[in-house]
Amino acid sequence: MDKVVNQKAWFLVLPVFLVVAFSAVLPLMTVVNYSMQDTFGNNQFFWNGVGWFKELLDPSTDLGERFFASLWRNLIFSAIILAIEIPLGIVVALSMPREGWTVAVCLVILALPLLIPWNVVGTIWQIFGRPDIGLLGYTLNHLGLHYNYVSNELDAWATVIVMDVWHWTSLVALLCYAGLKSIPDAYYQAAQIDGASRWAVFRAIQLPKMNRVLLIAVLLRFMDSFMIYTEPFVVTGGGPGNSTTFISIELVKIALGQFDLGKAAALSLVYNLIILIVCWVFYTVMTNAGAERPQKEGAV
Amino acid sequence: MARIDLVDLAHSYSGNDAPPDSFALKPVTMTWRQGGAYALLGPSGCGKTTLLNLISGIVTPSRGKILFNGSDITPLSTQKRNIAQVFQFPVIYDTMTVGENLAFPLKNRGVPKAEIVARVKRIAELLDLAPYLNRKATRLTADAKQKISLGRGLVRSDVAAILFDEPLTVIDPELKWQLRSKLKALHRELDLTMIYVTHDQTEALTFADTVVVMHDGRVVQSGTPAELFDKPAHTFVGYFIGSPGMNIVPAHVDGREARIDGHIIGLHRNYGVLPSGAKIEIGVRPEFVDIAPPASGLLSATIERIDDLGRIRFARVRVGDSKFAARVPPGFSVPDNMAGLVFDPAHVHVYADSRLVEGVA
Repeated sequence: MDKVVNQKAWFLVLPVFLVVAFSAVLPLMTVVNYSMQDTFGNNQFFWNGVGWFKELLDPSTDLGERFFASLWRNLIFSAIILAIEIPLGIVVALSMPREGWTVAVCLVILALPLLIPWNVVGTIWQIFGRPDIGLLGYTLNHLGLHYNYVSNELDAWATVIVMDVWHWTSLVALLCYAGLKSIPDAYYQAAQIDGASRWAVFRAIQLPKMNRVLLIAVLLRFMDSFMIYTEPFVVTGGGPGNSTTFISIELVKIALGQFDLGKAAALSLVYNLIILIVCWVFYTVMTNAGAERPQKEGAV
Repeated sequence: MARIDLVDLAHSYSGNDAPPDSFALKPVTMTWRQGGAYALLGPSGCGKTTLLNLISGIVTPSRGKILFNGSDITPLSTQKRNIAQVFQFPVIYDTMTVGENLAFPLKNRGVPKAEIVARVKRIAELLDLAPYLNRKATRLTADAKQKISLGRGLVRSDVAAILFDEPLTVIDPELKWQLRSKLKALHRELDLTMIYVTHDQTEALTFADTVVVMHDGRVVQSGTPAELFDKPAHTFVGYFIGSPGMNIVPAHVDGREARIDGHIIGLHRNYGVLPSGAKIEIGVRPEFVDIAPPASGLLSATIERIDDLGRIRFARVRVGDSKFAARVPPGFSVPDNMAGLVFDPAHVHVYADSRLVEGVA
């Protein structure tokens, strides 16, 4: 067959090239460009090679120390909220009604926190936790607990974690609920006939059938919590001291506060890389878990 | 091991106060023999699964009682009844191996470990699952999975009856035969009561020694496959069982004669007193109506088409407004589309309001 050569087709692809170039490639290349140079203002740039990256990954320098400290904070924060939100989400999903009008009521109530913009969530908790006028802070202090997220590191962490749990457990619960709804009734009936206890039903049926959605929930919550910025920024501003300064907050401080474009660019590239790698790991795990199935099905 | 009695058992999914006609299962009283192989046969939505779920305890009846060996178990939960059930789609516990799947019901009941191992081994051998005991159950084919669900029932030594809810729906045709003969063999070996729900008459007739036909929430007939074929108690049984189904045509019955379309057919029995005002029909299986060349003594019919089933041919004919299926004798050919029908009087039954009327000899 003769191929029809028609160069006009390029015109159809052109808009995509332009949009991608302006939205992704150019900004990324600008960041790469900055990360290799140093500037003292006046739009004068000096070549620095991989200097910023070396400094960033060396904990003995100021930049490296700040990077690793915030990286640890981020990892600990993600670990804590995952450890709370995943089991809590499962429990909420399990205790939701399976039919009737109450289902709709529960779903709407669960979805509410997800509909609130990030900075509004931050503001809500910022006011809620204030010892002078906030309902939570005022009550706790009157009960004899000296709660003050502005001065106490532990209180600040507790506030940020509780806020995240309040904001995002719903997502985990909704995903788990969808997973639970997809289990056919016959499984529960068979378990009844097999004399399974409530716990045995959970271990043998519900948890295995939910593992796919749980993987998605863990992925989403890890990504989101690792990139968290708005809520802690609004509530604690990264303090007291640097105790709640996560990578994103550190990045904004370096880039916009100190105007160290080179350092900030190097940091954002590494930050980006970490997220990409974790994303890839999750993606591989998930697609493998999915691909195993049909291949197994036929084999006896 | 148990005899199961249903006493005036009925169920409505919208409660006991629902109008009687809306009941998914209309009141039924019947006995299931210990060690019997039963098939519950009927079209979709006739209430057969409801009846099965009532016996296993998944559904609590609106009315009536269920007795196992004479003792009332109606209020008992599924766990406490000695019942096993195999569902339409294989239910297996994904994370467990075949062996763990089989051991699950025993483990839940706190059976000692040594006994569990012994029972699982025996049942696995019985079901030809022994080579797969350490495999993950999810990796097996549908028929092996269905065997595992069955095995989870058999593994309990106390099981009184095994209920099957259309268990071969997802199995490949050639494996269906194998699995069904396996079930028959197990039934002979273990002396268990088996109740098998299906809408496939071949499945029901080959599996069961007693077939219970259900229609619109009612048990319309229960009997051996031969009884269902020879003497359907209800016109529904007549056309649901057999292929093609029974010919059922309105007729005028008087004594030993039935009149269709002005033509008189002799009957084997005397039907003197028929309920007045009832809809009277006669039913005759196509196997007992032969096509013959038109003759003056025969009911004349117009042949519409002839279905060749290989070993036997059936003609679809029209008599007045009613349609008939009739056997075409080997080597018979009709010059034009006109033919006569020859009835076998011994197999012509009379129905009043769809129910069989027993004549007097």
